Amino acid sequence: MLANLPGLTENDSLPLINARPARINAPSENIKRMSQLKKSFPIKSRDFIRAGEASINIQNLLKSMNFDPRLIRRVAICGYESEMNVVMHGGDGTLSIEVDIDKLILEITDDGPGIPDIELAMQAGYSTANDDHREMGFGAGMGLPNMKKNSDRIQVESPENDGTVVRMIFFIPEKGKTD
Amino acid sequence: MKLSEIVDALDATLLTGEDKLEKIITRCGASDLMSDVLAAVSEDCVLLTGLTTVQVIRTAMVAGVGAVVFVRKKKPPQEVIDMAEDQGIPLISSPYSMFVSCGRLHACKLTGLDGKR
Repeated sequence: MLANLPGLTENDSLPLINARPARINAPSENIKRMSQLKKSFPIKSRDFIRAGEASINIQNLLKSMNFDPRLIRRVAICGYESEMNVVMHGGDGTLSIEVDIDKLILEITDDGPGIPDIELAMQAGYSTANDDHREMGFGAGMGLPNMKKNSDRIQVESPENDGTVVRMIFFIPEKGKTD
Repeated sequence: MKLSEIVDALDATLLTGEDKLEKIITRCGASDLMSDVLAAVSEDCVLLTGLTTVQVIRTAMVAGVGAVVFVRKKKPPQEVIDMAEDQGIPLISSPYSMFVSCGRLHACKLTGLDGKR
């Protein structure tokens, strides 16, 4: 099933950027910002101890690149929510961040059973979490709604029994403007 | 109010974060559901929770929470305290229930995460 959620059209398909060597240690901020970078972090299904590490790594990476703290916070919240979704419900997966000139692209993939009804899953409060998840503080049914709220564009692809891909775009605000 | 005043108002124990006692906190949220925290949390607030897992610290890191208060005299495992210390997130253990802890902080003029009282 492919859900093109509000604001994302076919024409917005994301160009794949050839991953270049990370240049986060480059001395000039301008060089850092202009470089196109893609970094991926593995996520292990059912590993509740390490769950969230990938999002924190992405948060630290974006901090090192001097992005707006509010933008970083939105990306980190989306990353963390999506990571918890995969750890609770999905198979093993990957969380990746792609830095483009005018936007950040956060993508999470996993090889789990997929989401049977994406529209239902997007509703605040809807949850398929079990008691174990709730005891750990998750399963409020706010994962996907929080991701939608904090990203500028979100696209969820979940073909039956073929894993899930959630792609979120965050436009980088022009300097001096608030988002 | 200062973090040190929050510790006093709750007759609480500071588990880590001595260097942050002068930090000013104006907002407060209370939840055991981390997604609810991520949906509503505001920067530099204090979070009251009965959960003591490592995910509380990760949630605090992601959301920019200013300090975490564990209610009902709960104390998290040492690795959780160590992680918070590394990340500069003060941890406080309150002997009171969630309800009473919230009430005491409300009486000290703290607002909710949305700024309402």
